[in-house]
Amino acid sequence: MTRKYTEDHEWLEVSGNVATVGITDYAQQQLGDVVFVELPAVGKQVTKGGDAAVVESVKAASEVYSPAAGEVVEVNADLESAPNTVNDDPHGKGWFFKLKLSNPGELDSLMDEAGYKAFVEGLA
Amino acid sequence: MSAETLLTTPLNALHRELGGKMVEFAGYEMPVQYPAGIMAEHLHTRAKAGLFDVSHMGQVKLSGENVAAALETLVPGEIQALKPGRQRYTLFTNEEGGILDDLMVTCFNDHLFLVVNAGCKTQDIEHLRAHLPAGVKLEVMFERALLALQGPAAKDVMGRLGPKGAALTFMGGARVEIGGIWCTVTRSGYTGEDGFEISVEEDKAEALARLLLDQPEVMPIGLGARDSLRLEAGLCLYGHDIDTTTTPIEADLNWAIGKRRREEGGFPGADIILDQLKNGTKRKRVGIRPEGRAPMREHTELTDAAGKPIGEITSGGFGPSVGGPVAMGYVDTALASVGTAITALVRGKPLPAQVASMPFTPHRYHRG
Repeated sequence: MTRKYTEDHEWLEVSGNVATVGITDYAQQQLGDVVFVELPAVGKQVTKGGDAAVVESVKAASEVYSPAAGEVVEVNADLESAPNTVNDDPHGKGWFFKLKLSNPGELDSLMDEAGYKAFVEGLA
Repeated sequence: MSAETLLTTPLNALHRELGGKMVEFAGYEMPVQYPAGIMAEHLHTRAKAGLFDVSHMGQVKLSGENVAAALETLVPGEIQALKPGRQRYTLFTNEEGGILDDLMVTCFNDHLFLVVNAGCKTQDIEHLRAHLPAGVKLEVMFERALLALQGPAAKDVMGRLGPKGAALTFMGGARVEIGGIWCTVTRSGYTGEDGFEISVEEDKAEALARLLLDQPEVMPIGLGARDSLRLEAGLCLYGHDIDTTTTPIEADLNWAIGKRRREEGGFPGADIILDQLKNGTKRKRVGIRPEGRAPMREHTELTDAAGKPIGEITSGGFGPSVGGPVAMGYVDTALASVGTAITALVRGKPLPAQVASMPFTPHRYHRG
């Protein structure tokens, strides 16, 4: 399994043709306490870079973009009752949705872990 | 605005030392939060005591003969009856009945002490200079620091360091020595909690802040929690819940129009404001409780059950003490009674909400 990262601070992990999508630890730190997560409907078609979910902190609402095109096949409904899971375990239990990839080749342009780490360091 | 042009308060270096996340606010570089985060800072203020830097707000001294009567020509509050050592909330109104700013006025023996909003302070000074008679002396003290110590344990801290301050009751003010530093203290704030606002000379601000932060009950609080605390307390934020397009009556601030002023008028927009006081307004500021968990934020459109627009949210977010979303906004007066079911369009989706009474968390002022 490989993990890829976007410049909008989403991660995705691919298993077969299904990718699990979440936001990075850096993203949750920037957001602060997450108080609400709006997940996409299962069956929704999303485009690469298109709106897929919304994550809200005490202060503001932020869009979560889909890192790739595909169909939403599962969402993490636990986040609706425990949105702070996004802060506590962003790369694990805080995942947002699973995507059946329509074009796995799109992922080639995303960053790997080392690339993302360097990207975040460049933002400081 | 670039970082180079931002103004700073006397506590800027301390904010950085404490790990404050600095953002632009009203032309100032201010901490929106510290490492504890908005949620923890908010809850700590309601449980113990929080220290806020509000030095960006404008402090002004007015003195001279008949200064209270002179100020009354610009505000609808009862200022002349204000006794030394007492404070009042009031508003600068314009000829259309709109609100130019909201402010606190404290009466001292020989002067009035005003605290105005950071974003309005330059225009407020121009407004005062243009309209006050030549006999009134205006002393602008924008360099002076202002700290707010808020929360149920604030009185314990003040009792220890400045007992004279702890003897004040809500909306009282006095000169108080805190740890050897002379300050102007009022028992007031912007959180709904008991607490104090402490005006201090610029060069003593950091020493005072460090002394207060050394107390076991006190933690530093940023502007993020300041906003969520005042929202839960149902208090207006200028430029959002009130502005030149809203009147005090629409904003449900009728209590800020002094009794004598209701009969006599004599402030800008009095004809409009007093007519509204008598005959009502088409819209009114109300509290709003979303039924679900989704926060409803500023500019969210509100409709009735049939989908007809009835107003919009002017402040909204998550209330950490409420444990859910809270908001305020303007609705048609016909739909302004508590319990009325309304609909909010959140990202295009109609979500249910109710008109609710404010504050969302009970005020805990020390009225003595």
